[in-house]
This record gives sequence, C-alpha cells and structure tokens, in this order.
Amino acid sequence: MSLQHYLVISSILFTLGIFAVLTRRNAISILMGIELILNSCNLNFAAFSRFVIPLEEVEGKIIQNIDGQIIAIFGIVLAAAEAAVFLAIILAIYREFGSIRPDEVDTLKG
Amino acid sequence: MGYLENIPSLAYFSPEILLVVFAAAVIILDLLIKNRESQKTAYLALVGLGCTLVAIIITNSFSDANETKNLFFGMIRLDGFAVFFKILLLLATAATILFSLRSEELDAKLKGEYYALLLAVTFGMFLMASSTNLLMIFISLETVSLTSYILAGFLTHSPRSSEAAFKYITYGAVASGTMLFGLSLIFGMVGSGDLATIGQQLPIVLANGNVTALGVLIAITFILAGIGYKIASVPFHMWSPDVYEGAPIPITAFLSVASKAAGFALFLRFFHSGFGKPEVVQSIDLGLLLAIVSALTMTIGNLAALPQQNVKRLLAYSSIAHGGYLLMGAVLLTNGDAAIVNKGIGAIIFYLIVYFFMNLGAFYVVVLMANEAGTEMIEGYRGLSSRAPLVAGAMAIFLFSLTGIPFLAGFFGKWVLFTAVLEGKLYWLAFVGLINSVISLYYYARIAKAMYFEAAEDTDRLSFSKGTFALLSVFVVPTIFIGLLNIFYSLSENIKLQ
Repeated sequence: MSLQHYLVISSILFTLGIFAVLTRRNAISILMGIELILNSCNLNFAAFSRFVIPLEEVEGKIIQNIDGQIIAIFGIVLAAAEAAVFLAIILAIYREFGSIRPDEVDTLKG
Repeated sequence: MGYLENIPSLAYFSPEILLVVFAAAVIILDLLIKNRESQKTAYLALVGLGCTLVAIIITNSFSDANETKNLFFGMIRLDGFAVFFKILLLLATAATILFSLRSEELDAKLKGEYYALLLAVTFGMFLMASSTNLLMIFISLETVSLTSYILAGFLTHSPRSSEAAFKYITYGAVASGTMLFGLSLIFGMVGSGDLATIGQQLPIVLANGNVTALGVLIAITFILAGIGYKIASVPFHMWSPDVYEGAPIPITAFLSVASKAAGFALFLRFFHSGFGKPEVVQSIDLGLLLAIVSALTMTIGNLAALPQQNVKRLLAYSSIAHGGYLLMGAVLLTNGDAAIVNKGIGAIIFYLIVYFFMNLGAFYVVVLMANEAGTEMIEGYRGLSSRAPLVAGAMAIFLFSLTGIPFLAGFFGKWVLFTAVLEGKLYWLAFVGLINSVISLYYYARIAKAMYFEAAEDTDRLSFSKGTFALLSVFVVPTIFIGLLNIFYSLSENIKLQ
C-alpha cells in the first residue's frame, strides 16, 4: 500500500460524505455523512504522518514522528463530541416539529 | 524561535485556566442554589471574567509588549495580538452576560449551565486568538462551535431556537469537516502542523515542484470553508440569518461580535504566518480570491438586508456586510509590502473595536424592545421617539454609526479601513465598499424612520430602569467619541503579527 491508495480512499470517503449531506432527507443520515467527512480527514492525517514525515534518529533509536496520528486521535474525539451534540439537537427538533426531515424544519426564512 | 515547555507555560496560561475553573464553579454553584430565580450564577461568571482580565494584564506585564512567547512546545503563542483579542472577547462575553441578566427570554431554571457555557465558549475563543498549530486551531474552532450550537438552541420550547441550532450544526459540522480536510492536505505538503514551519516550507516545496500551486489552492479553499463559516462570508453565510433570528438575542449579539472577532483573529494569524510569503501568494493569486469573496460578502449582505422586516434578521445581514468590510482589510495580507500588511491588520483591529460598541449597542436595544414592547419587528419600533426618547436616540446613533455617517465611530472605522485599502492599490474594492455603505443607509434609515416619523399604534411610554440607561450609555458614549480619541488609532497600529 502506498500513500496514493490511502489518499484515493479518503477522497472517496470525503466525496461520499458531502454527497450524503447534500442529498439525504433525514437528519441522522446527514450526521452519518458528516462522520464520513471527519473520518476521511483522520485517514489523511494518519497516512501523511506515516509516509511523508521522514524517520528521525533520537538517542540511537530510529523513531517515527507521530504528529499526524495524534491529530487523527483528536479528530476522533471531536467527531464523537459533535455526534453527541448533533443527536441532542435532533432530539430537540423532533420534540418541537415531530419530524427530523430538514425540509420540514423551515419556519425561519427570508 | 524558542518555545516554553509545559510546566513553565502554565503561568502564562493562567487566564484560560481561570476561565475553566470559574466555568466549573458556576455549575457547582448552580447545584447548590435553592432559589431558581436567583441570579448568583451570573454574578459569579462576571467575577470570573474580572479575575481573567486581571490575569491577562498580569501575565502580559511579565514581559514587554512586543515580546512573543510560544507556550506548550509552540502550540500557543502569547503576543500583543492575542492579548488584544482576549480582552475584546472577554468584554464581549461580559456584555452578553449583562444582556442575559436583563433578557426575559431565557428560562430561569437553566441559567447556571448557560453562564458556564458562555465561559467555555470564551475559553475556546481565547485559544482561537492564540493557536499556532493546526491541531490547536482545529480543537479551538470546534470548542467554540460545539458550545455555540448549544447556546443557539438554548430556548427550550421554542421551535425557532431549536431550528436555529439544527441549521447551525448542520452547516457548521460540514464546514469544519471540510476545513479539517484542507488542514490535512497542508499537513501532508509540509509534514508539520506548526504554522511557522508551514510558512517556511510551503515556498520551498512549491519551488522544487513537490507540490503544485493547484494543490495549495484546493487546500486553502477547503480551509476557507471553515474560517469563512465562522466569519459568515459568502458563500458560507447561509446559516447566519436563520441562526441569528432563532437564537436568544444576547447569544445573537455574542455570535455577531465575539464569534466574528475570534474568526478574524484566527484568519489573520493563519494566513499571515502560514501563507503570507509572497511566493505562495503570487503563485495562487490569493489576493484576488479574497477580494472577490470580500466584495460578494458585503454586496450580498447589504442587498439581502433591504427587504427585511425583523430587526434581528436585518442586523444579521448587516453583520454579514460588516464581515465583508473587514475582509477588505484581510485582502491586504496578501500585499508584498510589510507596511501595508500591518496597516491592514491595524485597520481590522480598529474596525473591530468600533464594531464591538455599535453592534452590541444595537442588539441591546433589541433586547430592551423584546422585553418591553414584546416585538422584534420594525413595526414595533414605530413612534419609539415619543415612547422612549432616550432609547430611540441611542438606537439612531448606533444605526447611523453602522452606516458610517460622519462623525460617529463607524465613520472613522470605515475611514481607516478604506484608506488602508486605497494604499494597497485595490481601488475597485474600495469603490464597491463605498457603494455598499450607501446601500446600507437605506435599511438602517428605515428603522430610524419608523422610530421618528411614524405614529405608534400603542402610545404608552415605556419605562426602563436606571441600570438599563447606564449600560446603554456604556455603548453610546464610545460610539460617539471613539473616533476622536487618538489612543485607539495608536493601539491598533502598535499591534503587529510576526
């Protein structure tokens, strides 16, 4: 597996995520699309960190710089936090409107 | 450039630590209070902000003003720029808490959490103004966004508020996901998350052909989605009118001033240290891209504001337009001449000070009117000059200052911004800005006309407390006099980015 394989997969994931957000007519599906977008970014960071950053030699040992992997872990945490808030807001929407279809939630316009 | 390790950094990080401690204290106090109507949590939050302000001043006095410190292995930078934005954001939060105390919209039962969240969002904004690493930038942006979503939907049993939160999070999550994708591309190009390293390496990898200009342009466009959403620039502005209309009014005021200021702080630092090198700017023509975004943002904001009947929604579009004016200053970042770059940053900072007073003041009048007259529509403002002459006069001053009528603060803010743009030789952009200021007069004057020249259906006088007038004068006086004081010009000129 080379860097290109990972980048192609993450681009496909990202595109699918944007596609889901734009076309789905259900708030939960939109959340799933958002998760796809965030995970494609995590994959990118991990792949770049593995393939782009050269190995370093510290005190006689050869080690891999893991900046990218760390960013990916924070990305996972933030995706979880975002899902929690999103689900809470979907619940509030369901209570007020009796539906979680975004096109039925449209009292504000102009 | 050297950096401090974790433990020595903590002393310089004390303002942020204090904010988190007080946010926790507000939640605990809320659990202990028996009387649900009590406002103690708000006062504790205000005390917390006061302590934070003292801490900012003390930590800054350790070193002389233009010395920069890189904290936590270069994750966060403490410099004059960060300190200025921290103080501005802190004052905006304090004003929001004072508005919330007087607003009758909010549910008394949930106030403890509300103030704790306000302190948390301020914490995130502090980090936005000072982060110098891609990871920190993303975390701070998400901290601010996630708490803002909750605050926008804070009115339980209000469909409008829930809808605002829903639209906010849908746009926001996609925008920040897109931004993260752009950040990952930049990370891949230079192999580091540090902004200073990105600034050095990007011209090198562009020159030796490892990275194409198109790749950098794509990454920057993705990143602009996230930042543009925070400052509500076209084409990522669609959320803002709906969210501003549905959210509680104090939160609308907060989002329109503090969120925008924090977004600009992040924007300026990011583009200045990450992409400011002339080689990068020229190879992708970043200046033209930003100038077009700026012109579109103010034009669309102003044109969409024309037919609005709801004052909150009108001010939402007006704040989009002001974001466009501020972006004119950001275009100057791409100028090769360092003096003009600094002039642009100074103009943005001065305009943000002015905008802070006039926009928060206008929103305070909206809070008062929602309380006393129970309306957010322009019809409700009819005959206000006879029902509450002082409030009507204050609102007229804020509105004319937002337009830029001489010699109110808004005029001087625009003056500084437009002269900087003219020095940067962007004549067409200054012209578009000028035309937009004229267009904006129409919708601001519509509110003034309703207040002064139309008869009210309901003619009883509205009564306001002395505290209300005191708080109102805090915004009115600077809106009249700020442009006449030299101190703010020299302040904004002395703040530089490195």
